[in-house]
Amino acid sequence: MTTLGQIALWLALLVAAWGTVVGFLGGIHRRPELIQSAKRATYALCALLTAAALALLVALLRHDFNVAYVASYTSRDLPTVYTISAFYGGQAGSLLFWAFVLSIFAAAAQWLTPRRYEHLMPYVAGVTSAVTLFFVTVTAIAANPFERLPFTPPDGNGLNPQLQNPGMVMHPPMLYLGYISITIPFAFAVAALVSRRLDTGWLHAIRRWTLLSWTFLSIGITLGMWWAYVELGWGGYWAWDPVENASFLPWLTMTAFLHSVMIQEKRGMLKKWNVTLIGLSFVLSIFGTFITRSGIISSVHSFTQSSVGYYFLAFLVLTIAAFGWLLWTRLPDLRSEAQLESALSREASFYFNNLLLVGMAFSVLWGTLFPILSEWIQGTKVTVGPPFFNQVNIPIGLALLALTGVGPLIAWRKASPQNLKRQFAAPVAAGAITAVLLLAMRFGDFYAGVALSLAAFVVGTIVQEFARGIAARHRLHGEGYALAFARLVARNRRRYGGYIVHLAIVIYFVAFSGMAFKTEMEASLRPGEQATLRSPYGHVYTFTHLGVSQYDAMNRWVTAASVEVARDGKRIGVMTSEKRQHFTCTLPVEPCPAALRRPSFEPSTEAGIRSTLREDIYIVYAGSVEGTEEAVYRFTINPLVWWVWFGGFVLVVGGLVVMWPGGGPTRASLRRALPGYQVSLAGRGVDAD
Amino acid sequence: MAQARVKFLVSAVLVAGAVGYLMATGVKETGVYFLTPTELADRVAADPSFRNVGVKLGARVVHGSIRRDVATQTITFEVTDGKHTFPVVYRGLAPDTFTDDVDVVVEGRLAPDGTFHATTLLAKCGSRYESVPKA
Repeated sequence: MTTLGQIALWLALLVAAWGTVVGFLGGIHRRPELIQSAKRATYALCALLTAAALALLVALLRHDFNVAYVASYTSRDLPTVYTISAFYGGQAGSLLFWAFVLSIFAAAAQWLTPRRYEHLMPYVAGVTSAVTLFFVTVTAIAANPFERLPFTPPDGNGLNPQLQNPGMVMHPPMLYLGYISITIPFAFAVAALVSRRLDTGWLHAIRRWTLLSWTFLSIGITLGMWWAYVELGWGGYWAWDPVENASFLPWLTMTAFLHSVMIQEKRGMLKKWNVTLIGLSFVLSIFGTFITRSGIISSVHSFTQSSVGYYFLAFLVLTIAAFGWLLWTRLPDLRSEAQLESALSREASFYFNNLLLVGMAFSVLWGTLFPILSEWIQGTKVTVGPPFFNQVNIPIGLALLALTGVGPLIAWRKASPQNLKRQFAAPVAAGAITAVLLLAMRFGDFYAGVALSLAAFVVGTIVQEFARGIAARHRLHGEGYALAFARLVARNRRRYGGYIVHLAIVIYFVAFSGMAFKTEMEASLRPGEQATLRSPYGHVYTFTHLGVSQYDAMNRWVTAASVEVARDGKRIGVMTSEKRQHFTCTLPVEPCPAALRRPSFEPSTEAGIRSTLREDIYIVYAGSVEGTEEAVYRFTINPLVWWVWFGGFVLVVGGLVVMWPGGGPTRASLRRALPGYQVSLAGRGVDAD
Repeated sequence: MAQARVKFLVSAVLVAGAVGYLMATGVKETGVYFLTPTELADRVAADPSFRNVGVKLGARVVHGSIRRDVATQTITFEVTDGKHTFPVVYRGLAPDTFTDDVDVVVEGRLAPDGTFHATTLLAKCGSRYESVPKA
């Protein structure tokens, strides 16, 4: 099977090179046979890389340990779902996964894009083929998952236990889908630039793609938080780790794009900016992969250092140079059709939203690269950690939250005083009342207090928008309130789906501000001994150490410590935290006798978590005093964590509402754009025939 | 029209300035030197007051030097870069990956007696996601 995979991989390399050349040549010289060939190359790439992916999957499932990749990341006793997830668990496999998924997206883009964007498609094929070419080259030369060993080990090394977690099955592919799908909007941007067809057409063509990648990125980041929270055992979900930051960067620039693109559609402004944001998002998604794969910045996530990093660096530099040059030569075509008129307008609020989002992205990038930058400039490495990122990003984040409330309320062009009064009265009152209540309660944290007040303001905005929309439908069409709600959302999915996403963002902010009240303690307890901890809500938790037990479970040796938890003297249950030592058997015997066991990996910790809407009890067992049942624990109370996951759910719902097929560009915007299409289609028709 | 343009340019500069200010003060207030044992030894030799500056020390755990006192949750060990070795005292929970010969990053201060008092301990393992170095 791996031979088939190898062949498919090398053929894909040739086809990708061909697709790149004929895509651009066909587009520039308008040669129908080349254009057709570029399209076919995209489909052929998809078929070849699907074959390669299947070949690796079969090797994994058959436990073909002669294949180095299979031996490195799986073992016989690894549950099937993790054997499949090992596909993208290691370097070589994840690169193949990338190329494979990109080829699917590229084929889908060719297949699904309406005919009116035909003039862009050869360049799109050229760009997607070029990016695929890069990934296939790295896979084939630097990190080939089909490489065989000179011998066949009886069993593989197994997958790192920290990756044996449901969150880790879903987190990498979701993040990758986000990263990879940005390639499609990027390809359209390049196509529009090369062909100088810079009307809003290409923006309509990529609308769903940008939303899709944004939603995947959001899911990927949230699942990453969940994995870090349940699996890494340090009691939080976001540590400003370089790899986390790398996934956050394209999310920020994509968020900026999703807003600023509306200004281009409505007013024909910010054209350069929008193209730049797409280019930036693509570069940052490659940068994210680079950070993860190169180990250039030390991180809990980084994989072993390897030559793959140099390929990525070269590709990044090349992409930035080529895109920058293309943009530079096309600047005259990207002139603005209108200008910002008033600071009290929706354009202005989007403009500030963009400045802040990109400013945030810049600060995160700066902080992430600071160890490298400071070493270059000063000769001494200086690192910045979570305090830096919090200090910089919390104020920016709060300003963004405020704009989330302002943007939807304020009129396009220039808001009148009446407009402001009518729109802002209720939401501002909601925010102000919340602020006063928090002050009266002597709320303990300034930033969290501001966040909650702004959250109330934004929720006020959203509720008011829905209420007015529903009331209007009820009045005009005589619909019941439930029907009016359903129709309101269904008829204006982009707008109301967007509000649902805003609601999700508010939920995230509320959840994040809960972490300001995180309390924790460490204690060493003999069986029967107690530790008490006061929760931020004023409850007193009592943890009674029950004892430590040891047992075998599948491929691991488990040491479990249990505590009985009581709140304000009332027993609420027993919680257990485990230390797991995974082992492999030196001979394929079942069950494995103790003498043949060989520990694999470092021990991993399984935190005990009890989650409620108000707070999580988070217990980590850190080890026992030699030979006794005296256990060392860390007890943590994390307020409002559940809401992070719920925010993720709401966000996906909102994203789906906006993306659901059938909406398309609104009739008004199509009418505006139509003359451009007619001219270009007629022009193409003459040439093509 | 032109006036509005100027207004927006000024506000962009203000936003950029605010972000820049946040970043500059952030680095100044939270930036921490990341040094190897040799660099730390050199700096302290050149300027003894450097002891009071909190630093991160990146080095390898000396084989067999780890002593754990679970009752007081104190861990003592030695770190080295081959040239200089520092004894380290750390009170708290060590990460799972913390064992002999791993690369660690400890953050803290160098006490007058030459012991490094760490407040955080991070263990990095080159084989974090790959169980054995590839042949």
